[in-house]
Amino acid sequence: MEKKTLYTVIIFSENTVGLLNQITIIFTRRQINIETLSVSPSAIEGVHKFTITAFSEEAIIEKIVKQIDKRVDVIKAYWNTDKDLVFQEIALYKLATDNVLKMGSLEKLIRKYDARILEINENCVVIEKTGHYEETQGLFDDLSKEIQVLQFIRSGRVAITTSKVERLSDMLASMQDKLKNNK
Amino acid sequence: MNTDNYISGSEALMRSLIQEGVDTIFGYPGGAIMPVFDSLYDYRGKLNHILVRHEQGATHAAQGYARVSGKVGVALLTSGPGATNAITGIADAMIDSTPLIVITGQVSSALLGSDAFQETDVVGITLPITKWAYQIRSAEEIPWAIARAFYIASTGRPGAVVLDLAKDAQVNKFDYIYKKIHHIRSYQPIPDMVPGKVAEAAHLIDYAKKPLALIGQGVILGHAEEELKAFLEKADIPAAWTMLGLSAMPSDYPLNMGMLGMHGNIGPNRMTNECDLLIAIGMRFDDRVTGDLNTYAKQAKIIHFDIDPAEIDKNVKTTVAVLGDVKETLPAVTRLLNKNDHSEWKKEFKPYEDLEFEKVIKKEIYPEEGPLKMGEVVNKVSEATDHNAILVTDVGQNQMMGLRYFKFKQSRSCVTSGGLGTMGFGLPAAIGAKFGAPDRTVCLFVGDGGLQMTIQELGTIMQTDINIKIILLNNSFLGMVRQWQELFFDERYSETPMKNPNFVAIAAAYGIAGKRVDKREELQDAITEMLNHNGSYLLEVTVENKGMVYPMIPAGTCVTNIILGE
Repeated sequence: MEKKTLYTVIIFSENTVGLLNQITIIFTRRQINIETLSVSPSAIEGVHKFTITAFSEEAIIEKIVKQIDKRVDVIKAYWNTDKDLVFQEIALYKLATDNVLKMGSLEKLIRKYDARILEINENCVVIEKTGHYEETQGLFDDLSKEIQVLQFIRSGRVAITTSKVERLSDMLASMQDKLKNNK
Repeated sequence: MNTDNYISGSEALMRSLIQEGVDTIFGYPGGAIMPVFDSLYDYRGKLNHILVRHEQGATHAAQGYARVSGKVGVALLTSGPGATNAITGIADAMIDSTPLIVITGQVSSALLGSDAFQETDVVGITLPITKWAYQIRSAEEIPWAIARAFYIASTGRPGAVVLDLAKDAQVNKFDYIYKKIHHIRSYQPIPDMVPGKVAEAAHLIDYAKKPLALIGQGVILGHAEEELKAFLEKADIPAAWTMLGLSAMPSDYPLNMGMLGMHGNIGPNRMTNECDLLIAIGMRFDDRVTGDLNTYAKQAKIIHFDIDPAEIDKNVKTTVAVLGDVKETLPAVTRLLNKNDHSEWKKEFKPYEDLEFEKVIKKEIYPEEGPLKMGEVVNKVSEATDHNAILVTDVGQNQMMGLRYFKFKQSRSCVTSGGLGTMGFGLPAAIGAKFGAPDRTVCLFVGDGGLQMTIQELGTIMQTDINIKIILLNNSFLGMVRQWQELFFDERYSETPMKNPNFVAIAAAYGIAGKRVDKREELQDAITEMLNHNGSYLLEVTVENKGMVYPMIPAGTCVTNIILGE
């Protein structure tokens, strides 16, 4: 089997009910598993942004993105590989306060991973770490070796492109022009 | 009729449909759509409602209507089972790019999500098989949703739209204003034509020695028949048709080399793998056309004209993609083309044409003895209508024989279920086609299997008193499946023999004239009688029970792997 690459699919859409369903159906039809998913309002008012990662092959991901782009409520869909992107994930780790006090080496890990402490109370210590998958996983593994991690959660990927072109705003602007010209 | 603008959602729906130019609706009432049917009662003079006998029939009738008229087909149904019965028609319309709007009733918005009586998640079910599916929960949304539905269903690559209309939205009153929609920010129906691609395409065509054009339904949907003609003639390009592209040009058009695909003509299928340039126009390289993609047209450069960017490189990798509406892109390319002459290349089709006539066609349409043959019946009916009728088919052998041997003189004359291959499509689609083209003769070819899937629509014919000609090719088998069993399953006829009723008596029970013909010498007179009869007519023809459709390219094999039989 061909080696699969992790692709990041970025979708700009109207904020309509059921859109996530429309998108996931397209992945499901081709038996592609979604690795991470993050949805939020974008910088442009009324436009939502989906960031989805999935392992696939270029020919397949291209077809998936075209099918997504075709949906009426999708403004534009793109795909990228990691080299075109700056991307980040955020992870939270819950540790028992007792264990942290006994462990005695938290500073070393915090420095090593550039993590920060969000909360300390009599029950727990909550640590936050942003980074790539390997980095957030590394801290989890190290913490797990030293003391038990009570809860661990990692967000979906968020990503921005590093290219010179601002694809969506350029596209929206040209659409506006066309609309004006047609009137 | 209320002239005031403070009106109920139901009345707003009626007025909105009229605003969009609707005059014919196919439907079936039920609990959750009753307020709409009550309003319809006041609008009977403007909206002709055709009461079908099953919701699937409403959708196929609306499809038949849309396919021949070029307008949007509309079906009006109730919630729950009414909506789920429509699924086949919605999927069929979507895969065959037919503009269809299905409006289903839904329980009151307060009850949504509570498993209320006849509640189904219609939007959830239909999302994967529609261009747009939307639930209307308030009366105020109705004009907007209807305007948007028509814009989406009819523009770009047409398709199916479902509007799920909550009961309280039908009842509540609001101040009605209608505004047509011509723009949706997130929806670009026609991609921008790229001049560079147009020039590249023209260049490839100019230098091709053996170009072959593959014509799909896109030409008909884009009303680009004239543009196609100018294009083909300027560069003298032989052309072949997909099933749904049939009738875009008259059958006797000199550049028509025949039909593509599994049961298409030998010439165009073989030449697909001999041409040096394949020019696909508004077609989508379905697997029934391409066979095995790994051996498909590997020697050729490929130009793909399409309105849907998602079709580009989906199945066949293109050399040049010309996105846009063929109504614009074809003339743009034609302008740049040099006049050309491909007489020598066109001659290469001739031996295959002769071979097919000798090995297949002659035996199928001019048999001298033995039982009646399907192709012979189709050919005789086509001749008797002077090739001017609309052909509607069901699915299976009747369909392939219909498409192979019926001839066309004008566009929008062929209605068949292509992508979905829906048995039971024929009868309701023929009814819809007649409403879409009341002045034309509609000839339906249907098998004994498919007819029984939607035979209840004979009731629709009775109630509306329309005139369609039903030619039942009865071989007492599910013929196409039987054909595959004969060829690929050691003649093990698992569940394909049919014990059939007296079809002529069934038609008679619905007040429809009919006759059964078993002998060759009776056929011509029976066809004449059918066509002269003032009203619908069922002509049941007993055809050879183990007839075969040839040529045939077995599924998934190379387009040149053509079986001719015997």
